[in-house]
Amino acid sequence: MGSSRITFYVLLLTLVLAGLWTGPASAQGPTPTDDEVNRIAKQLYCPVCESTPLDVCPTEACRQWRDVIRTMLAEGKSEAEIKQHFVEQYGVRVLNEPPNRLVSYLVPAVAILLGAFMLFRGFQMWMKPSITESRSEDAKPEAQPAQDPYIAKLEEELKKRK
Amino acid sequence: MTESTISAPRRGVPIWAQIIIWVFLVGLLAIVAVGLSRAQQGTVQPGQTIDNFTLPLFSGYELDGKSEVNFVDLRGKVVVINFWASWCKPCEQEAAELQAAWEEYQPTGQVVFLGVDYVDTEPEARVYLKKFGITYANGPDLATRISQYFRIKGVPETYFVDKNGVLQYVQVGPFSSIDQIRAQIDPLLK
Amino acid sequence: MIANFGFGVLVISFLVTLYSVFAAIYGERRKIPAMVESARRAMLLTWPLLTLTAGVLIYLLVNNHFEVQFVYEVTSRSMPTYLKVTAWWGGQAGSLLFWSWLMSAFASLVTLRKWDRDREFLPWVIVVACATMAFFIGMNVFFENPFAQLYQTFDGVAPHTFQPADGVLFTPQDGRGLNPLLRHPGMVIHPPMLYLGFVSFVIPYAFAMAALITGRTDDRWIRLTRRWTLWAWLFLSFGLVLGGRWAYDVLGWGGYWGWDPVEIAAFMPWLTGTAFLHSVMIQEKRGMLKQWNMILVILTYDLVIFGTFLTRSGVLSSVHAFAQSAIGPLFFGFIGLTLITSVILLFHRWSSLRSETQMTSMLSREALFLLNNLLFMSILVVCFWGVMFPLISELFTGQKVTVGPPFYERATSPLFAALLLLMGIAPLSAWGQSTVKTLGRAIWKPIVGAIVVTVVLFATYTRNPGALVGFFLIALVILVTIYEYWRGANARQRSQDENIFTAFWNLTGRNRRRYGGYIIHLSMMFMAVGILGIEIFQVETQGTLEINQQMSVGGYDVVYQDIAQFPGPDGREVTRAVLGVYKGGEYLGELNPRIDYYYDAQQTMTIPGQRSTLRDDLYILLVDWEPVAATGATFKIFVNPLVNWLWLGSLLFLVGVVIAAWPEKDAERAAVRSKARIQQQTSAAD
Repeated sequence: MGSSRITFYVLLLTLVLAGLWTGPASAQGPTPTDDEVNRIAKQLYCPVCESTPLDVCPTEACRQWRDVIRTMLAEGKSEAEIKQHFVEQYGVRVLNEPPNRLVSYLVPAVAILLGAFMLFRGFQMWMKPSITESRSEDAKPEAQPAQDPYIAKLEEELKKRK
Repeated sequence: MTESTISAPRRGVPIWAQIIIWVFLVGLLAIVAVGLSRAQQGTVQPGQTIDNFTLPLFSGYELDGKSEVNFVDLRGKVVVINFWASWCKPCEQEAAELQAAWEEYQPTGQVVFLGVDYVDTEPEARVYLKKFGITYANGPDLATRISQYFRIKGVPETYFVDKNGVLQYVQVGPFSSIDQIRAQIDPLLK
Repeated sequence: MIANFGFGVLVISFLVTLYSVFAAIYGERRKIPAMVESARRAMLLTWPLLTLTAGVLIYLLVNNHFEVQFVYEVTSRSMPTYLKVTAWWGGQAGSLLFWSWLMSAFASLVTLRKWDRDREFLPWVIVVACATMAFFIGMNVFFENPFAQLYQTFDGVAPHTFQPADGVLFTPQDGRGLNPLLRHPGMVIHPPMLYLGFVSFVIPYAFAMAALITGRTDDRWIRLTRRWTLWAWLFLSFGLVLGGRWAYDVLGWGGYWGWDPVEIAAFMPWLTGTAFLHSVMIQEKRGMLKQWNMILVILTYDLVIFGTFLTRSGVLSSVHAFAQSAIGPLFFGFIGLTLITSVILLFHRWSSLRSETQMTSMLSREALFLLNNLLFMSILVVCFWGVMFPLISELFTGQKVTVGPPFYERATSPLFAALLLLMGIAPLSAWGQSTVKTLGRAIWKPIVGAIVVTVVLFATYTRNPGALVGFFLIALVILVTIYEYWRGANARQRSQDENIFTAFWNLTGRNRRRYGGYIIHLSMMFMAVGILGIEIFQVETQGTLEINQQMSVGGYDVVYQDIAQFPGPDGREVTRAVLGVYKGGEYLGELNPRIDYYYDAQQTMTIPGQRSTLRDDLYILLVDWEPVAATGATFKIFVNPLVNWLWLGSLLFLVGVVIAAWPEKDAERAAVRSKARIQQQTSAAD
């Protein structure tokens, strides 16, 4: 009666699996804690309450979202899968950062480098004065004090002390 | 200022730099202007032809057995598009009226009701649909594309589109009676 | 009746500001001093006029005149009187009026100063200040009238400025009540501070424009506005800090700063303003960067208007935003107009704004200040890009995106770290000349000290590399500042034969700007400690507890003891939990997180229970509790290490700015002496 035993086991397995499927989440291991839910919720924004992260948003819609995260965690979904689910459902604006990082970081980086370059050029220009500038320098002798008078005085006092 | 008279000719801002700065400033202002005009715009206005969109439907809430509806396929019928959500309290006020209106117009075969579920979760949405006994086609607003197209300001909002796909009326906020719904659909059926 | 009177006065103030603008221009063009004088007096009149307007509005607010739409929207009978007064700035129309009122106060103060030596600036300062005021008052007059009354007509109830032909005045039974978020003491002072900062930056801008228009582009305008700028900066900074405190106490996020677009909108003028404060010193000392200072003051002014615009136009949605409004396009037009005019003027005078001297060393104080400016501008670029990116993305891809804290934190933290490093080095470098050798000689002691501090922290407190770098830099700045103080006091002690305390006191008194600045640096370090603490070491947990169950986090044990629901004052229902707090078995006291439900506004507020120490804050939120279902209550607990240093630092900051901005005694006395002497003295005093 080997075949009937196999049938029995298959039936049993099916029953167990079905029980797992429809049964309470506890059957699939521990219920995700609030902290595990919040860790993911922190990174999401619900369109209903813009600029409030999901983990602290008190609205009903956000509570539902947190329940979805809990359910998906209980199903064993990974963080990336959960985020992907939310993006598919509600669009990329649920993420706390634009998905295309290259664009979002590149533009300010280029602007800052450009600023740094301009400042560097400015330094160079100031350090090597042109002819006209040195002429205006002659016309204005006090324009270049040897040192900050305050520091000079301070240094002097300190020297006296020694 | 006294020095400027002493020294040789002074340079102003080079033309190319001026051009770059102006282009940059105007570009910036243009972006803000576009953002502003979007923010100022209300919903899609009556008289506009509605472009095609695709609404996937919840199982059990299909339209003619199809699990997805293309808006263009509904030409020749009056379409009532209702944005709602299960977390939206005012939506509950009109749910029964909408369903009653649907039951009234369904036999004519000339009117289609589409429920677009805005920023909602499916299990909660199903509870809501069951609670109010809603039977017309309903589906999620995936990636909020449809609501963005209609530029909805909140839920509930209802859009009445005539047989040619032209928007005829926008209801912001819930209906208080079935007559209000009839008053918008009936003229479109003539 | 009273409301109409208020509106009448408002219209008169609008006309007065317009008159001021035109009289000043006309008087200046035709060289009629009497006309300019008349414009000046008109500007002086705006403050009493707007005060009267505001008085009328407050009268209406306090006395429940719900027939006035604004009163109906922001107050209700159950609100206490002080909240009814502060409801003045709790709505769009009122806060615009508030803006104008503060602006008029500053404008009046400016007109009262002695103008003898700066007559040529006067008409243009009047033009800029009054044009700005006219814009804001005009918005109140034409679009957001705080005195509009509700009238019942055939079409229903609607607000009207004047009684419609068939209209009957309609008085609702009760008002809608102020947004609960705004019913916090922090909200009572946060907006005024922020607005004060905003409006006071108009003054340096007005002088800068006057300098550009008249062609008197030496550093006179900067010397004139130096103190204004400092006060403006104080108000703006303090407004930001108070905003943070308010968010911490009311929004229930466990933090004080969420990189929300509207927060950033207020932060951006602060960035340019801070850069400006530093770079004007270079212009004063070295006659350099005149063009750059003009750019900074223009940027600051337009960012102030831009910030106000962002909050009010509905372009960005945020917790802080006002309801969408029709005034957006006007603001936009005003920004465009002022920006374009300023840039045209700047280009026109560009060549006369050239530097008088040259840079002599890459390590000189001015070079380091320039680097500081670069960093502030870089942070501005990051912030601006973050705010604009969602708009740009939607424009080009049709996709809405969110730019949240991770972007800002990642992009700005290296910049802030570099700023700290500069703060450590710059005070030790000299104007004009500085070499690696001189600098090295000055800095090695503080560096050694900072390394020792870092090693100790590594051994006892944290192994987090980011935190260690931060603490190293903070220690460096603090040690450098103390070292500078000590050097100065020591020198003084020797030369003046004073004891060390007198020497400290006199040192600060004689060089208020320098040592006030150092105190500000120190206070910033305290704040940095707080920011580092909460950013890096914050821990949180959430859980549902039954009565007498406990939860542990960050060394604290919290026991849920009781919960009660009862009606509170100000028309709310309070749900208040009682939790016992223990640490290592020792009872520390109880905390009462609560949820307030406001009936009039139908809104809930989650107020945390807080226990603050210098080491950390225990911050508990009551997240969820159902009175019927006996499932226990859900709590969220944060432990925010070191965050108290942020608030302490802000108090020290106040002290520092007041010292730096306090009028110099010597300069005051000198004012009566000859012009040449003043110049000598101020340069010596600084």
